[in-house]
Amino acid sequence: MADKVSGTTDQFDFEKQKRKDEMKQQVITFSLMIIFTIVAFSMVEAELDKLFVIPVLLVLAAIQVGFQIYYFMHMSHKGHEIPALMFYGGVFAAFLTILALVVLVWW
Amino acid sequence: MSEHDVLNPKHMPHDPEKATLEGKNKFMGFWFFLGGETVLFASLFGTYLALKDSTNGGSSSEELFGLELVFIMTMLLLTSSLTSVYAMYHMKNHDFKKMQIWLGITVALGLGFLGCEIYEFYHYIHGYEFTMRSSAFGSAFYTLVGFHGGHVVFGLLWIIALMIRNAKRGLNLYNAPKFYIASLYWHFIDVVWVFIFTVVYLMGVL
Amino acid sequence: MSTMVATNKKGFGATLWDYLTTVDHKKIAILYLVAGGFFFILGGLEALAIRWQLVQPMNDFVSAGFYNELITMHGTTMIFLAAMPLIFAFMNAVVPLQIGARDVAFPFLNSLGFWLFLFGGIMLNVGWFTGGAADAGWTAYAPLSTTSLGEGVDYYVLGLQISGAGTLIGGINFLVTIVNMRAPGMTYMRMPLFTWTAFVASALILFAFPALTVGLFLMMFDRLFGAGFFDPAMGGNSVIWQHLFWIFGHPEVYILALPAFGIFSEIISTFSKKRLFGYTAMVFATVLIGFLGFMVWAHHMFTVGMGPAANSIFAVATMAIAVPTGIKIFNWLFTLWGGNIQINTPMLWALGFIPTFTLGGMTGVMVAAASADFQYHDTYFVVAHFHYVIVGGVVFALLAGTHYWWPKMFGTILDDKLGKITFWLFFIGFHLTFFIQHFLGLMGMPRRYWVYLEGQGLDLGNLISTIGAFLMGIGTIVLLINIIKTSVKNEKVSGDPWDARTLEWAIPSPPPFYNFKQLPLVRGLDPLWVEKTEGRKGMTPAEPLTDIHMPNNSFLPFVMSLGLFIAGFGFIYQKYDLSWLIVLFIGMGITLGCMLIRSVKDDLGYHIHKEDLKKEAEE
Repeated sequence: MADKVSGTTDQFDFEKQKRKDEMKQQVITFSLMIIFTIVAFSMVEAELDKLFVIPVLLVLAAIQVGFQIYYFMHMSHKGHEIPALMFYGGVFAAFLTILALVVLVWW
Repeated sequence: MSEHDVLNPKHMPHDPEKATLEGKNKFMGFWFFLGGETVLFASLFGTYLALKDSTNGGSSSEELFGLELVFIMTMLLLTSSLTSVYAMYHMKNHDFKKMQIWLGITVALGLGFLGCEIYEFYHYIHGYEFTMRSSAFGSAFYTLVGFHGGHVVFGLLWIIALMIRNAKRGLNLYNAPKFYIASLYWHFIDVVWVFIFTVVYLMGVL
Repeated sequence: MSTMVATNKKGFGATLWDYLTTVDHKKIAILYLVAGGFFFILGGLEALAIRWQLVQPMNDFVSAGFYNELITMHGTTMIFLAAMPLIFAFMNAVVPLQIGARDVAFPFLNSLGFWLFLFGGIMLNVGWFTGGAADAGWTAYAPLSTTSLGEGVDYYVLGLQISGAGTLIGGINFLVTIVNMRAPGMTYMRMPLFTWTAFVASALILFAFPALTVGLFLMMFDRLFGAGFFDPAMGGNSVIWQHLFWIFGHPEVYILALPAFGIFSEIISTFSKKRLFGYTAMVFATVLIGFLGFMVWAHHMFTVGMGPAANSIFAVATMAIAVPTGIKIFNWLFTLWGGNIQINTPMLWALGFIPTFTLGGMTGVMVAAASADFQYHDTYFVVAHFHYVIVGGVVFALLAGTHYWWPKMFGTILDDKLGKITFWLFFIGFHLTFFIQHFLGLMGMPRRYWVYLEGQGLDLGNLISTIGAFLMGIGTIVLLINIIKTSVKNEKVSGDPWDARTLEWAIPSPPPFYNFKQLPLVRGLDPLWVEKTEGRKGMTPAEPLTDIHMPNNSFLPFVMSLGLFIAGFGFIYQKYDLSWLIVLFIGMGITLGCMLIRSVKDDLGYHIHKEDLKKEAEE
């Protein structure tokens, strides 16, 4: 495990700087999420056409969730391959479940 | 790794949450759990979508929902997600104090969110006599949003317990994974909320 | 550290306390085996009562209401309280050993999973004593279940909720164990097939059980808190329950069947003295079955009226599963082909399994044809089909596994002669019971009816079926006699009594509580066999002798589960009298309190020092 321990302060500082840069990225991500949210709410307030608004809303939500998962929850970092596999397994099952309950319950 | 090392805050590796086998297991297991939670919420969303028009002659989503409150709640929860990122950022820099402060802000924002939600439910129940027993829509709405609210309560209790427990002794390799997965849980709560405000509220008033 | 007392005799109280607090996967395996075995016998007695009621036309052995309770509890008990825990028993006993691990990833949660299952199982059966157990069928379709009187279905809902939580925890535990705890050199493509199937089954548990959790919550809210999910009068829709139940329920079939395939793969390979034919294809087929298993659930609902498009999609997806399953059947046959076959009890079960399961698979393709299913639906044809799959696949595997891994779990070997008698009684009894039911179903006998009329050509078939069921019962009794006889004799066997291939046989039987003194170096598929062919006696260690870290025992899992058990009564009886809410709060308080204690109290475990290990080796 020796390689994982930041033995020297140099390395620690390097890591720290890296994290600082990443933190900047996180704040940008957050701003984007806020903007998306405002866009979503104002689109509904503006009472645009349903057929246009609903798909856009869902796409905006999906992008936001992607930001959360990849940046805030660090799935973009290495070492997340298996968690990603299992998480997307859940997403797959979730997709089928929602599809069935939306399409197949009333007919 | 002996007990002594585990509790020694010096020589922390730069991924303290994954430095021990226990930490790696927790990290992995918690992500898997979130995969299962995804299906859990999908089942609730599916049920809600199937029943959202079954108002049984009672209040419908257009009559009930007010977007102002939902917007405030969304902002509170989104911000609390960023503050918990800050907390983890300071954890990786081994700055315990700052981590505690940011976690404290996260908790405060979460409590704000919860307060809004309680107000919202109270408002529906007393203003509109809209309850779980009103209609299938009512049952589905309270169950979906209530499950999310229950997750918020549990997440808050969890983070507060961790903060109090470790207030005196600071960060070490034993508790770093605990903080990390609690923050993952908090982000996941936000992920679910993004879909709730989109699917339930925004699409509900369209 | 004076932990070397494992071999010393302990008093009854100390042993009991040891099992109540244990976090050792091998002891938890024994707990699962005993509890699952108990429920297997209970479910078997219910089955015998059902068959005795049907032995002749218009029989009045049990009342119609009691018959409903019997069929409901037989199905529920066998799936959730017998088959699942017995699968978990072998997963616990074997998977950590097969991958060369000292324990599972979460020993504490492992114990919690067991106690949740047990208390949930007890909860389910409490209904018998409070005026009637659940009586809406094991599928508990609404509105029958939401309008069923009394508390039977409430016990079903709460009991399954509690034991389901335990299963989910167990599933996550095994996923992480297999991902993170493999010994050096144990790559994914060197994992024994039982470990692979346990892995895929655990993933299925992870994705399938939440749907059941939600379904049960909705049912609970409907029954106990006046919600209207399944009540058309409030705008609800009872088909939602069916979807949620089967989104869980169909993967559940594979959760049971895949580890069963794994058990047979181990046995067939061991007793053919060959490596498994088409190992890679077997792994691929396992994963593919797991994947396809998620998109076929609606084939249980062909007659609901989803329309021809949906029915066709689900029919095609269902038939597609026959392909990977066929791959498996052929690979087992090719493993046998040209092998140095030794026929003993486990191998007999394996040989009996292949044709039996193939029959079940063939009727599976028949009922998958949506248009034909309108004829088969809710008849004994379906009953015959799923018993061929679940008994012919899963129960055969569990009995085979019991004989195969008994030496590893208990250090003594089950009598082969009695084992063979068990096999023949059970095997013949099974086919007598269920083969004829195909024809009863085709003749139009509906399932779940408590009587049938004379002179409709159903008499003889039902009589034969009942005789078969009792043969299975006798077979089980012989197995129990065998277990008692073997335990009393207690003749110790070596670590490798079968001359087997995988890692669990590289250590003593039963293994020491730390499993591997030094983690083994895995140099290929069937690691022990690799070493044997190169003339070595055991595994090459991958590390020097060092201190071993072990988890502490804990009583918290038991108390946590007990809390939920108590809370369950509060949930149920508050529907009559709100003062029962106190019980609910007490129970939840106990559980949450235990969680808090677990969270704030450090549990760092302890170390076995290498000096002690050395000393032990010299003794």
